[in-house]
Formats: sequence, structure tokens, C-alpha cells
Amino acid sequence: MKQFDYVRPATVAEAVAAAAQPGATYLAAGTNLLDLMKGGVSRPDRLVDVTHLDGLDQIERLADGSVRIGALVSNADLAHDAEFAKSYPAVVEALLSGASAQLRNAATVGGNLLQRTRCAYFYDTASRCNKREAGSGCDAREGENRTHAVLGWSESCIATHPSDFCVPLVALDAIVEIEGRNGRREIALDELHRLPGHTPERESALEPGDLIVAVRLPPAAPGFAAHARYLKVRERTSYAFAVVSAAAALRIENGKIAEARLALGGVAAKPWRARAAEDVLRGVAPTADAFQDAAWRALADAKPSGDNAYKIELARRIVVRALTLAAAGTPARIPALPASPFASTSGAIHA
Amino acid sequence: MPELNLTSAPAHLRHGSSIGQPLTRRDGVLKVKGQATYAADNHPPGMLFAVMAVSSIAHGRVTSLDVAAAKRHPGVVDVMTPDHKPQLAIDPEIKTNPFVFRMEVLQSNEVRYANQPIAVVIAETLEAATEGAVLLAPCYETLPALVGLDAGESFVPPVVGVGNPAENHRGDVEAGLASAEKQIDVVYETPPQYHNAMEPHAIVASWDDDSVQIDMPTQGLMLSLTRVAELFGIAHDKIHIRSPFLGGGFGSKGLMAGPPVLGLMAAKLVGRPVKLVLRREQMYGPVGHRAPTRQRLRIGADGEGCLTALDHHARTVSSTFDDFYEPAADASHTLYAAPAIRTSHDAVRVNTGTPLFMRAPGEATGSIALESAIDEMAWACGMDPLAFRLKNYAEVEPITGKPFSSKALRACYDQGAARFGWSKRSLQPRQTRDDAGLLVGWGMGTATFPALMFQAEARAAIRRDGTGAMEIGAHDMGQGAWTALAQIAADAVGLDIDRVEFKAGTSDLPDAGIAGGSAHTATAGAAIHSAGAAVIAKLADLATKDQRSPLFGAGNAGVIARDGRLIRRDDENRSESYTEILARAGVAEVEARGTGAPNPAAMEEYAMHAHGAVFAEVKVDPELGQIRVTRMVGAFAAGRIVNPHLVKSQLFGGMIWGMSFALHEEAITDRRSGRIMNANLGEYHIPVNADVPPLDVITVDEYDPHVNALGIKGVGEIGITGSAGAVANAVWHATGVRVRRFPIRIEELLT
Ligand SMILES: Cc1cc2nc3c(=O)[nH]c(=O)nc-3n(C[C@H](O)[C@H](O)[C@H](O)COP(=O)(O)OP(=O)(O)OC[C@H]3O[C@@H](n4cnc5c(N)ncnc54)[C@H](O)[C@@H]3O)c2cc1C
Ligand code: SF4
Repeated sequence: MKQFDYVRPATVAEAVAAAAQPGATYLAAGTNLLDLMKGGVSRPDRLVDVTHLDGLDQIERLADGSVRIGALVSNADLAHDAEFAKSYPAVVEALLSGASAQLRNAATVGGNLLQRTRCAYFYDTASRCNKREAGSGCDAREGENRTHAVLGWSESCIATHPSDFCVPLVALDAIVEIEGRNGRREIALDELHRLPGHTPERESALEPGDLIVAVRLPPAAPGFAAHARYLKVRERTSYAFAVVSAAAALRIENGKIAEARLALGGVAAKPWRARAAEDVLRGVAPTADAFQDAAWRALADAKPSGDNAYKIELARRIVVRALTLAAAGTPARIPALPASPFASTSGAIHA
Repeated sequence: MPELNLTSAPAHLRHGSSIGQPLTRRDGVLKVKGQATYAADNHPPGMLFAVMAVSSIAHGRVTSLDVAAAKRHPGVVDVMTPDHKPQLAIDPEIKTNPFVFRMEVLQSNEVRYANQPIAVVIAETLEAATEGAVLLAPCYETLPALVGLDAGESFVPPVVGVGNPAENHRGDVEAGLASAEKQIDVVYETPPQYHNAMEPHAIVASWDDDSVQIDMPTQGLMLSLTRVAELFGIAHDKIHIRSPFLGGGFGSKGLMAGPPVLGLMAAKLVGRPVKLVLRREQMYGPVGHRAPTRQRLRIGADGEGCLTALDHHARTVSSTFDDFYEPAADASHTLYAAPAIRTSHDAVRVNTGTPLFMRAPGEATGSIALESAIDEMAWACGMDPLAFRLKNYAEVEPITGKPFSSKALRACYDQGAARFGWSKRSLQPRQTRDDAGLLVGWGMGTATFPALMFQAEARAAIRRDGTGAMEIGAHDMGQGAWTALAQIAADAVGLDIDRVEFKAGTSDLPDAGIAGGSAHTATAGAAIHSAGAAVIAKLADLATKDQRSPLFGAGNAGVIARDGRLIRRDDENRSESYTEILARAGVAEVEARGTGAPNPAAMEEYAMHAHGAVFAEVKVDPELGQIRVTRMVGAFAAGRIVNPHLVKSQLFGGMIWGMSFALHEEAITDRRSGRIMNANLGEYHIPVNADVPPLDVITVDEYDPHVNALGIKGVGEIGITGSAGAVANAVWHATGVRVRRFPIRIEELLT
């Protein structure tokens, strides 16, 4: 393995200073980063281990009704916080549909947001990849790309962002709190991940040294708790990334949709908020026709980037189903097979 | 390797016959405690770590390696390259026998497939060796890669599988098809698959002058030893291999491959013990795989639903430098009674490592295509798939006309169908939904696998303290040899299992042959059985010839061995303990050897196969296309069941593998570079727990007096066959969509 420095800062300020150096990278649980290092995909000179920083592993309810999730809270701890699950069920369903129990026990909130794409050519250092090596080309473009992006892609890069967690978060207007060289700032999660354009190597709005310290869900988010679902189609029942997924959340008043939230996963380089679809749902009854209409809107700009035209049709169907499930009401318990089309199957005992 | 302390739960110990008892595996506690030593767990003093650098191109030549940069890295001891390596005694390109495959051991700069070893870095630590391999920064001269089933000019291979003719026929297929009332002509495709044993290939090698100690997982101790001997030009008695446990092999650890040879060479080069373990992605190349196939099936049937002809052609691939041809079409030889059968193969050469045996080689690939096509034919005839199979039940082996040594397939169909509730199946597809609106489909497949026998030898002893010993260089790949063979040994010497010291897993023991072809229990078991009989005969000789023994005069044939005593067959009151016999004779122990081998006369006369019937239920989301298997029942007839518990586990494993074949497994190959793009267990999908439904296995009684002395047929591979097709057929029955390319993908069901 390439030799690297390992530093374990005591404070956030020290961490930011240490990570601002060229070649430095934050290490959280390492479930993604260490794999990348073992494969020679990432070759940092310095790892800044943030897992020992104090105060970043709390789930705090704020006075204004929002919730603040520390960047070091584990995916599992967050998913198993009963109160959190009650207020943000789609977020929990998404978390529990991701990776495996072992990975969720380790993986952190910050690391999940910033996990890298699963594009096989990105992982394969013998392939050309603009994201890994700016300007080298994109071997996925004409390669094995049936799971690649159908929205927001460019000729430079057709990769998707693989996170499940981010999909309901972006639908619920999550905010990311960042500590950087110039102090603290916050941005909408929707602005954290960048579309590739001509610079797929620049994946996020973060600057060198920027540390995600927390993710906040605004006061309005729990208003969707009664009608919120995450649905993830994948190639096996568990332990697989989404082919396409969707988070749907509705506020239903007097039989009409007062407000809808919809986001897609596995379709673009970022969790894809479908605002146009949300717009057509506002003020209408939650009917199959309305959901169809929303699905068409959500995918209006989609185009295949390779052997993946099917993902567009699949995404439409997932949108319709996710909205239908959300309209039917959040189940009292998170299903044993979270986010699965088979969630309702009785007798399922594994997730 | 610490002393093996095998245990059995006391509740499972039973007096009397051991064979047939569902003992839990005796190495289970060791494994759970982490005390079962796998090859890579060995750390002899002074050991160095070797890491292979592998090719990132599939075809061409290595033009440079930055050896100096690698050597400068702290901790790197040496770099083995084509220019700097110990000399082998023979050219590794020479095939000294049909079970020798060509390997890449740095004999040249040529690259013939991606992930081929091109150098080995040896260092004080694994980390240093790993970085050293990166620093080599190879440059290549790249040639176009041959990829896929249409890569080039096709040819008819001289043989397929292990020495099977590439073409076979009986009867007039064209006439049969011409006379058919119903006909299908369909093409199925199966992808390349990799064994992916949980334990990667590994070796720890320590040379001492010209003798060598090797820790290495192998399914064939003696084959490995012989190959090491000829490659390094040393005598057999200079080589000691230990392989007490394998973390799975599935065929990939049967024959000596390049990487362990590189480990031996590295240890020789640096004069210190060396450990070499493959990284997961390095297993996608030099250690074998299942080749892809494209199979065309033409089937005809008359108005009654009786087959008139079955034509099965398989296209497959081999490497550019060696020959192994997946004998997929041969699956059509044994199952269905068509008056005319033709099977044929052709192949193209591609830039991959040479394909190899992988769990049910030929049977698995052939079975999913054949069982799917038979299902299509049943539908074309408007018949229930089980009724159609029964209509075409083969009373004699169709391709040879030989009678079966035993065949309880009808009972498998009956018992499996009854357990599954098959009679309630609708003939039409896409008829059934569950409460949640999911499509429900039922499918079935027939399972079959030949009952093979290889060669093995065992040594048995009975000691004055009343204990016994059985020694055989057998292999436990996780299937349970430590348990099942010890059960056979216990019965063979007439002792309780905990009174028999059972030794296996090292090369200094009698040759147990290869743990492959689902024949290990049968072959090693036959050797154990005969060694036991021989040692008992010697003991009986001592007793029956001695006037002081109550058995005097009983004659060899007149005693039986049970519970540590010889007992007169005609008078159970007259008996004597082993201890008494040996003490009086003044001998410490008696010993004898025995062999297991195929019986050519029986093979000439009979077709020998295990059979089974698998029934599967799947649910499919009608709009989203995601599939889930919800139920599987398999009924198998495989001769005598030595340990029902272990046999069930083998069959479960096979059925899960079959499900994996239909729905999950595929090595995704970049069609331009020939590189495998999902060479890791995150993206090379196999079923996870959540995919595996309740499985139900029925073992159907079957007595076979011909296959071998104990009547054992194998169970290691048959579970895949039938299962893969059953799942695929269930998907069709659920959706009405016939997918002919495996694994079945979501997009194909988005109708
Ligand atoms: C086999 C496998 C299957 C998986 N399946 C799924 C799945 O189905 N769905 C899914 O959503 N995910 C899946 N994952 C991904 C998993 O969710 C991520 O690996 C995990 O969330 C990353 O968290 P971590 O704490 O380990 O991050 P690390 O690996 O430590 O870090 C990841 C990246 O984030 C950066 N980083 C971490 N924390 C911070 C911070 N606070 N501020 C700034 N930068 C930071 C690191 O520098 C690094 O670049 C899977 C992973 C594996 C290995
Ligand atoms: S799609 Fe993006 S990540 Fe994948 S190879 Fe192309 S540039 Fe790299």
C-alpha cells in the first residue's frame, strides 16, 4: 500500500487545518475510502481521521422543530433511533435498504453523503476515467453502462451517485453544515453534489479542508411523516445498489395533496430532486393519473447514456409506485425488507 | 497446524451404524472458534509476503517494469520477473497429462488475458509488497483483445469436458424434426461465471534445501504434489502438502494453477518461507472460470407430446493457449427419451484465462438451457411441464440405450410435486397474483449428474487398546469429509466414530484422488470401506485360527465387526473384543490397505446417474420487474445417503447456486478490453440471505448395487442442475415472458 500520514485531530479546527493540505483526505468509517485506497483509485498522502472528534455523533432536536444529525452518527444508529424514524420514515427506510447491516454499523452520515460513484470504470484504474483522472476520457461512455445515468449526465461522465440516504434527504430539503477554512457555512443538500459538465472530477461544492459537521432537516420535514416512502429496485433483495430508486413524500389535506416531495436515486450524479413533478401534484387528488403525470414530468429530460434506456421507463414506474405507496400511508413499522418491492410480502425475515 | 481436535456433539454419538446418521460436522467447533487453520493462517518464522502484479491488458506484451522503483520501496526484498526467477525443471507449457493445464509463471513477457501474473514482489510486509507491485508501473504493447462468443473463427474442439466427444448422435434428428407436429428452435445464452470460493487461492511455501513444505488449499493433494515434483524436478518424498480445510473450491482448486507455483518460486528465489494470497480481483483470471455458452435447441414432438428429436448445439469459448470446453450440450444425453438425439459443440478462442471445471461443468450450463427448452416444448404441446417430462421419461439412457444402474427419478417427481403442491398449477402463464398483487409463477426442472468414481487408497489399522485408525489424503472443502468419511471409517472397522483416529488432508497419507466430479465420498468411501474390510479380515484371521478364541473355526466369512468386537455371524453369543484378540496374539496393531476404483464391467453395462426434481416458486413485481424466489422444493435420489444432514446442506447449496445462475451471476466483461468489470463480491452478485427462501430438500430412497460397494452417488453438484431451470421456468410462468439470456435481468421483464 502507498505510505501515507495518519493524523487524528482533537478539534474540528485542527481537522480543517490538517485536511486543507494538498493530498489530504478525511477518513470517516472508511467503508468506501479504504476500498478505494486498496484498489489504488485514491492515493492520498494524508488521512485525517475524524472519527475521534467530539460532539459530531449526536442527533439533536432543535427548538424550531428541525433535527440536526452529527456527521459521525452511524447509519445504523440513525436508522434505529425510534423517534427519528417516526418523524422521517422515508429516510430510515432508505438507510436500511442500503449496503449491509455490518456496513451500516460502521458507515457515517458524512461518509454516506460523500461516497463515490460505483461506476466500474472509475474503480478500474486501467480504464480511462475523467472523474479519477481529469481529461483522460470516459471508458463507460461506450462500455458496460446499463446502470449509468439517464439524467444530468454529460459526454465527460455518465456516472451516478449511489447513495440511498441522500434521496429522501434531498426530497425533504436537507441542509448540510460545513466547517471550512473560513468558518462555518451551510448549503442545501441539493447543492452539495455537482453534475459532471466538463469537470466530473469536481464532485461537490466542498473546498479543500471543508468538513461536513452535520445534516439538518428543516421544521417542515416531519409534516410528511404520514405519507413518506422510499422504493428501491435492485438486482437482488438486499445488499445491492439501486438500479433506480425514489423517495416520495406527501402532505395530504382534505383528500388533496397540499405538498409533494419527490426525488430519484441511481439516475444522475446527484440525488435528483424532481421539482417539476412536485409542482403538478400540488393541490390535486392523489390519483393514479396524477402520479403518471408526475412521473412523465420527472423524467421529461431523461435520455439514455448507453444501454440504459430501460431505466427511464423503470424510473417512471418507480415514481408512480412510490407515490402510490406514500399516498396509501406510511406503515406503522418499517418493513422487514425496507424499500423493496417485496416489502409487503409476508414471511420475510431478512433485510 | 495445531493438532486437529475434531468434536461431535455428544447427543449425536450413536452406537451401531454410523453411516446414515445426521452427525453435525466434527470440524464445526474448530471453525467457529477460528481454530481451523486454513493455508494462509500459517506463518513460519522468517516468512515474507509475495504479491502478484497482474496484467491490465488482455492481449499483448509487457514492455517494461520499473523494478528499480519497486525495489527502492522500504521493505521490498526482491522482485521476481521473467528475467529474474528460479529455473523450472520443465517448460510449464508442456502438458504432461490431460489434467495439466498451461499456466503463467513468468515464462515470457507475453500477456494472454487480463489479470495474468506478470511479476511477483516479495517483501517483509504485505503492505510493502502490495505497494511494490503498484510501483512496477508496467508498460505494454497492446494487441486487440478477443472477447465474447463471436470473437473469431469457430472450430469443433477435439473433445469437450474431460475427454468427451464434441459430437454425439443417435437416431435421425432431421427426420425426427421433420415428422414433428410441434417444434421449437430456440437460442439460450449463459454468461462467464467465476468460482468465487470464499477462501482465495493461497500458498505458504518453505524450502529446506531441495525439500519443501507447502500449505495450500487443494482438491487434489496427489495431483498437486505430482505437478510440483515435475515442475521443480524433485522427488515426491521431498514434498509435503497440508490442506486440512478449504474455504470452498468448486473446481478451481483441483489442479495446480500458476499462482501457487509462483509462491513456490518466490520462496525458492529468496531462500525464505513465502506467503502468497490472491486478492479477490486476481481470482478473475489465472484460476479458472465457467465459460460462457450460446446454446441452440431444436426439439420436436408428436401430437401426443412424445419427443421425436432433440438437437442441442453449444457454442463456447476457450483461452487462446489451452483447451477446456464446457460440455454444455451433453446435458441432453441422459434425461429425455427422444428417439433421435444429437449433441454438438463448437468454440472460439478468446483472451481469458483457460476456463475450467466449475461446479457441475456442462451439466449446469446445459441444464438451464435444456430445462427451459423442455418447458417451452411442453407449453407448445399444451401440456403440464411435469406431465410432459413423465411422458418422455427415459427408461434407458437415451444416448446409449443402456439401462440405468438405478433411477428413482419418478419417485423424485412424485414426492417433490406433492410437497410443492404442483397439481394446483395453472397451465397458462401470468395467471396468479398474491395478496399484494405480485405475479406468482411455478416452474420445475429435472436434475441429473453422473455417478462417477475415481481412484483412491486408504490405510486402516486396529490397535491393541481397542481403537482404530483410518488414513486417507482426502479433502474437506467444507462439504464435510472430516465427518462423512469418518462415519464410513467407523463402520468399516466396526467401532464408534470417536474410537477411530481419522486422518486426512495431507499429502503423506494414501492418495484419495481428487475431490471433484461429486465423486469424493464415493471414491474415498470405497477405499475406506475396503481398507476396513481388509483389516478386519486380518484380525479375524488371528482370532478364527486361534484355538483359544471363542471364534475359533468361524472362518473369515463367518464373523462381523461391531462395537469393537468380532461376532460370529451364525451365533451372536460368541464374540471377542479387538483388544483380547490382539493382546493374545501379542501384536500392537494390525493394518491393511484398500482401494476404491471404478468398476469397468458395471460401467460398460449400466448408465450411472443421480437424479432429482426441483420445483420453484417466484414472485415478480408486474411493473418493476424485480424477481424474488419464494419457495423451492428439491427431491433427489442419489443412492445411499451417508450423512443426511451434510447431504441436505450440499443440496441446499446447489439449489441456491442454481437460483444464482438463473437470476444473479455474471462476470461482466468489457467488450473492448476483455477486462472483467465486476471482479469483486460487491458487484458480482450471488444470492444473499434475503434472496434465499425456505428450501425444502427430500432425499428419495435409492438402492444401487452397481455404482460402488457402498451404493453412494454424489450430491455435490446435482443441486444446481434442475434448480436453475426451475427458477427460470417459474419466471416465465409468472410473467409470460421467456427470457433466454441468463441471468434474467429486470429490463427484460419491463413489459
Ligand atoms: C459492498 C458495499 C455495498 C454498499 N451498498 C450501499 C447501498 O446499497 N446504498 C448506499 O447508499 N450505500 C452503499 N454502500 C456505501 C456506503 O453507504 C458508504 O461506503 C458509506 O456510507 C461511507 O461512509 P464512511 O463513513 O465509511 O465513509 P468513508 O469511506 O470514510 O468516506 C467516504 C468519503 O467521504 C469523505 N468524508 C467522510 N466523512 C466526511 C466529513 N464529515 N466531511 C467531509 N468529507 C467526509 C471521505 O474523505 C471519503 O472521500 C455500500 C458500500 C459497500 C462497500
Ligand atoms: S462515467 Fe464518470 S466515473 Fe465512470 S468512467 Fe466515465 S468519467 Fe469515470
